[in-house]
This record gives sequence, C-alpha cells and structure tokens, in this order.
Amino acid sequence: MAYDLKMRVWRGDADGGELTDYTVQVSDGEVVLDALHRLQATQTGDLAIRWNCKAGKCGSCSAEINGRPRLMCMTRLSDFDQAETITVTPMRTFPVIRDLVTDVSFNYEKAKQLPYAELGPRDADGKRRMMQVDVERSQEFRTCIECYLCQDVCHVVRDHEDNKQHFAGPRFFIRYAELDMHPLDTHDRRALAQDAAGLGMCNITKCCTEVCPEGIHITDNAIIPMKERVVDRKYDPLVWLGNKIGLRSQDDEGRTEV
Amino acid sequence: MTGNEMSPESAGGMERHAYDVVVVGAGGAGLRAAIAAHDAGARVAVVCKSLLGKAHTVMAEGGIAAAMGNRWPEDNWEVHFRDTMRGGKMLNHWRMAQLHAQQAPERVMELEDWGALFDRTDDGLISQRDFGGHRYARLAHVGDRTGLEMIRTLQQRTVQLGIDVFMELTVTDLFQDDGRISGAFGYWRETGRFVLFEAPAVILATGGIGKSFKVTSNSWEYTGDGHALALRAGASLINMEFVQFHPTGMVWPPSVKGLLVTESVRGDGGVLKNSEGTRFMFDYIPDFFRAETADTEEEADRWYDDKKNNRRPPELLPRDEVARAINSEIKAGRGTPHGGIYLDIASRRTPEFIRKRLPSMYHQFKELADVDITAEPMEIGPTCHYVMGGVEVDPDTQESAVTGLYAVGECSGGMHGSNRLGGNSLGDLLVFGKLAGEAATAYATGLGRARPAVAEDDLRAASHSAVAPFEVEGGDNPYAIQSDLQQSMNDLVGIIRTAGELERSLVEIEALKERARSMAVEGHRQYNPGWHLALDLRNMLLVSESIARAALAREESRGGHTRDDFPQTDHEVWGRKNLVVSLDAAGTGVELSERPLPEMPDELKKYFDEPRKES
Repeated sequence: MAYDLKMRVWRGDADGGELTDYTVQVSDGEVVLDALHRLQATQTGDLAIRWNCKAGKCGSCSAEINGRPRLMCMTRLSDFDQAETITVTPMRTFPVIRDLVTDVSFNYEKAKQLPYAELGPRDADGKRRMMQVDVERSQEFRTCIECYLCQDVCHVVRDHEDNKQHFAGPRFFIRYAELDMHPLDTHDRRALAQDAAGLGMCNITKCCTEVCPEGIHITDNAIIPMKERVVDRKYDPLVWLGNKIGLRSQDDEGRTEV
Repeated sequence: MTGNEMSPESAGGMERHAYDVVVVGAGGAGLRAAIAAHDAGARVAVVCKSLLGKAHTVMAEGGIAAAMGNRWPEDNWEVHFRDTMRGGKMLNHWRMAQLHAQQAPERVMELEDWGALFDRTDDGLISQRDFGGHRYARLAHVGDRTGLEMIRTLQQRTVQLGIDVFMELTVTDLFQDDGRISGAFGYWRETGRFVLFEAPAVILATGGIGKSFKVTSNSWEYTGDGHALALRAGASLINMEFVQFHPTGMVWPPSVKGLLVTESVRGDGGVLKNSEGTRFMFDYIPDFFRAETADTEEEADRWYDDKKNNRRPPELLPRDEVARAINSEIKAGRGTPHGGIYLDIASRRTPEFIRKRLPSMYHQFKELADVDITAEPMEIGPTCHYVMGGVEVDPDTQESAVTGLYAVGECSGGMHGSNRLGGNSLGDLLVFGKLAGEAATAYATGLGRARPAVAEDDLRAASHSAVAPFEVEGGDNPYAIQSDLQQSMNDLVGIIRTAGELERSLVEIEALKERARSMAVEGHRQYNPGWHLALDLRNMLLVSESIARAALAREESRGGHTRDDFPQTDHEVWGRKNLVVSLDAAGTGVELSERPLPEMPDELKKYFDEPRKES
C-alpha cells in the first residue's frame, strides 16, 4: 500500500543549514532509510546519508528522528501515523559534515586512548578455558554496534563541548566494564576509568540505555558496577588496608594496575 | 581546505602519503593483512570506504570454520580440507584449501588472545556449531553475531598497534611503473579531496560484488572495486561465473528483501517446508552427497545429537544445493504468500534456546517483519550473497599477476572453487590476510630505495577521470543506471541461467556502459553520494560483464553456476579447467581464456579416491 509521506530533512553543512520539506512516495513495511534513499534516487541525488548494512548490524545510519536518536534503518514508517510529518536531523552532539552525516571522529579519538585486552599465557595444551557463564557478562557489551547514539544522547557532552576532552562516554564505559569483567584479563583499569575516561562525570540518568538499539543495559550492567568497583578501590578502608599490606581482593586478583 | 573545488588541478587539492604497504578495505581480510604487515615491520595504511568497524564482515553471522576439534576430537585439517574441496565441487585451488584448513585454528585462537569472547563448550573451550557441508560441528561462533566479534577484535587490535587508517576514502586507480605497482589514488568521501598513496605494495581487500544484483544481502560498498582495480591494472580474475545465492534471505517486507537469515537457523535445528507442509529437501539430495545425507526425517533429527550413527539432514547440504531446491519449490507453485519458503525452528526448539542461540535473528524478524521466530516460521528465499570468483593469486603469497598487487578475502578467487561452504569465508579472511600482509611486507622492504615511481601524467589522468561525471550536462542519473543494472543481473544472470538470457544480459550491459559514459552528477564534491555512485558504477559494470561472459562460456552446471540448458556437471571437460577473465585490448570490456586446474599432489588426492565410508 503506497502513500505520500511528508518529510522534513535537515540540509546543510558546517556553516549552517535548515529543515527542507519533501514529499516522497513510500509503502508499507518500509523504514525511514528507505524513504530517504528514494528521495536521493529521485529528487535530490546529493543528499548525504551515512549507511551500510541496512539491517541494524553496523551502526552507521544514526540520526535523530522526530528528535529521538535512532537508527534510520530500524525505524519503521508504520510506527508513525501516515499523515504525520517525519523530521530527520543529524546527531546533535557531533559536528555536521553535510546533511545527515556528522563528524564522529570524537569516538575514534577516544578509542585510541582506551586500554586493550591483555591476557596471560594460554594453557599447556595451547587452548584457553573460560566458562560460558563468566564470558556472558562481557559478551553483552560486545554486542555494541558503535552507532554512538548513547554518546549523542549523553547530556554530559550533548551541549557541553568543553566536557568532551575529559569524558569518554557510555560507549567506552562499557568497554572498560567488558575488560574488567573478562575472565582471563590481567589488567586493573579502575583508576584509568575514573580519571582518564571521566566515569565520575556520569550521573546515571540512563538516557544512554534508553536509546541503545542493541538493548545493552549500559547503566545497570556496566556503569554502576564500574562506579562501585572504583569506589571500593578508593574508599573502602579494608580494601585500602589490604592493598597496603599486599592482600588482594578476589575481584582484582592477578590484575596489574595500568 | 574544503576540497570543494571542481577542478582536479586546484591548488592544494592533492594530499600525498608514502607507505610500504597500502591495504584497500577494512573488513576482516584487510585488517588482518594490515596487522600482519605491521608485525612484519612495514609502514602500513588501511584505506576504507566506510568508517572503521562498519565493513561487511560485521554482517557475518554463523561462525568461523576451523578444525579445532573442541567438540569432535575426530576433526582435523584433512577432514576440513576434504569438505571444502567437495563443497566447491573440486574446482578450488587445492593449495589454498589446504592452507586454509591447516591454519584456521591458530588464527581463531589468536583472536581470542586479542580479546575476542567466543561462546564456550561445557569444558570452557571455544564452542563449535554445525553448518552446511561440514562433517563435524566446526564453526567457532558468538551467538549469531560472529562477524561483529571478529571485526571489533581486529579493529581494536589495529588501533592498539597504532596502524594508520584512512576512513571514508575511496580508491579509484592504481599506478604502475614498468609493470610494478607504485601507488594508489583516491578521494576523501567527506571533502572530495584527492589523495595519492605512494607504495610499492597494494593489498586489495575490497570484498564482493553483490550490489550489482537487485536482491542481495550485501551493502552499498560491495561494488567490486578490487576486482575492477585488478583488471585495469592487468591482473586476471578466475571463477567469476560462480556467484553464491544464499538459500535463506528475508522475502518480506519489501524493504528488507534479500537480508540474510543465518544458516545457523538450520545448523541449530531449523527445517525448510513448502506451503503444503512438506520437508522438501529430502526430494533434492544429489547423488554426489547421497552417501552422507539422511534420507528419512527420523535419521535427520537424530543426527543433531548423534553424529556418529546418523547422516546429516538434507537442509545442511551445501548452499548451492539448498538454494536451487528452494527456487524449484517456489517455481512449482508451492511457495509462501510472499513468494518464499518456510524456515521453521519454532516448532522444533524452545523459545529460550532460540533466543539464546539466534538473538540477532530474533531481533531482526521482530523489529523488521513483526514475526516472532520462536512462535511462527520465517518466510525466506534465495539472495545474492557472495562471489566465489576474484583476483587470481599465488596461493602462498596472494600476489596477483601484477608485481606488488595482492588480493585477499572475497575479492580474491580460487579458495572456494564453484561454491563456498558457510563458515569458510571468515577463516579465509584471517588465513590469507595474514599471509598477504607478510608477503607484501617482504617484497616492499626488500626493494630498498629502488622503489617504483608514480608518473605525474598518470596522476593527472586519474584526477580528470574522477571528476568527469561533473562535466556532463543533462546525462543519465547514476541511480537509474544502477537500478537497471541490478534488475538486469537479477533477471538474466541469476540463480538459474540460459544461453539466451546471458547473451541478452551482455547486450544490456553494453547499453548501460554507453549510458554510464555520459552520466551526470549534480551538486559538488563534498560528501556527494551521487558522485560516489557514479564512480563505483564503472566497477560494477566491468565486474557484471565478467560474470555474464564467464557464465555464458561455462556450458555445465556446478556450484554457484546453474545452466538450465546444460543441467549436468561435466567432470571430463569443465571439471578440469578454470575460466580466466582479463581486460580487453580497448580497455573498456573483458575477454576470456581457459586455464587448466592446478594438479593436486598424490598425497592429497587420496582423500577423494573412494566414496568415504559413512558410519
């Protein structure tokens, strides 16, 4: 069933731009990205969109649809009334390159500052052993498709350019949590998470969790546990004493602070 | 610097970089090659059309085939080698299949060293799952998002090692000096600004060609860039007639038609049924696989738990067999309301099992089709998924016929013969990525100061060629040409082929090439998708012609090439040779030649001497 959809799409570049009205024919079962592709093919060949898999797996086509951070390929037109105008704007936290494409290099810069997995040697038979139940906690964070919608919605950086330098953002807090919960990893990165990544600036409003297209429990399963572990390390007098006299808690057994 | 100047010779419009090795493409093969080159001591750069971590590898679902023997100690490289050769209908380059089977296990373990978290067996080892054509459960996996795990691991390793990555940069030309590679030329997608890489070694890792077909599981990036760059540089392609149509793509809604439904659904117990409720795959067991395939539903169902005493279900035949069977059922009028076939796991496994083993599939159907796969069957049909054909390379170094030009992953040919087994692509990326990175580094660093140079005339020609679509007034729209090409390839060079249709496709491709010569692009060079497509389209047309020409010449049916007018597999004539594609003298099209298959050594031939006793 085809119908005419009214759309308002932000067109412009770093110097400024505006919402432009379009009417495009769409049909049942289509998503916002389909409507934009049809615009591109029939009305405005140079409309800039970043996309790849069109299956919710690569995290390229992030934008704000009626003000809400979403993947354009996973937003079905049937979620809207047919008479409603759908407004699509670029992610606000990142500088615009052109139209719906933003400069997300902030995230790639932060990724360069991240620590990495550092496993001990393999077992004698050349294999490694981890139990499924133990890898599952970190596996949840590894379902991240790096769409950066959590970074986009995070109020610490959304309208506070000056915070970007000291704040890695939710996408990278789950990376810290992932490494921290990796059964065979040997590093202790709690100090790094707190100081270099700015974990303390997060005040757990859960906006990131709400927009995550993968449904990762960013706040409950990653940020809060990481905050607790940082606090344990810093303020728990028993842990402090244990560290002083060389005892180690089970949590960071065999891990070296980096 | 905005890069918006239309003139190719505008001041400051050209960036220059010098490296030992430049890798084009940042999927699994490209990143593994770059890591290997870095480890071998090269100055290496990775160049990719998308952002880092978005390459098509991310879409791979099922797993990495590697005979680690974690579930079945009987498994080893010899069995994997045999499965791969038989899956490819013996047209594979034996040496590539051998190297792949031997080295895949260590490549998987290495990913784990770098932080990958695979699903585990009860003993805590890397879990391995069943897949079509593999005798044992052999695919290391992470739910149904193995590709994401692999690319993220390689991406994080690349960043950790400090390898230079040029994101959203498209390579449009390769340069040579006296027959040796001297560099690569491209443009930043963001600004349109040109970039020259001076490098004696270039590794092509650009993936496949699926975007030339209408119904495909492939993303926009899959425009055959590496295939076309290699052809233009004077290298050859082999096996181009073999295109894999994955049996299970989504068929509804139209917006997601072609989107992949992982083979793991069948590996984990899913079955195929027609509109009459019949498990039709039992009617399509070919003689070649009869001895190792169950012929009753009871035996097939027992196999999941007892592989020793039962034979594999026919749903797990190699992909070419299953895709043809589905196609036949739909043509015979036993399809579903949306023109597919039912893939049913809901009636065979618990909702908990399905959500645990197939989380992405659950999510994908729920979000995009309003279908709950734990409660009802999926509707699926064949979708263009993978090209077996690619750049002809030396199996040990991945070097093409052009000195300094290497190709790995989907854009290389030979490893998979006429049909790729599921799970063999991810291993392919890792094994040959590493070998290519090492070989390219050895070559580049061995040159000393005597490096091939880039000629300024060539550079100017490349710049002019790249902006040519802007200089046309009133020409055809590249989107329209692409859409017509996709329809034509789908209708005439698809899953079932005939001489008449293939001849027609060549006429249509010729006409599209003519239209492409005068296509026009609106706007300017800054992040302009219309311009990007216009440049990619040249590659798509050249590669489409390669496929159609090779498909017309091969007068038999084998693997990913089915001729309605030549339904038999002809071992005597066509089982002994490859079709080789190269650029024609005019440089605007391709021509074919034949090359005998490389002779397999006797110690490997023994695995195929007699039909294996299936106990």
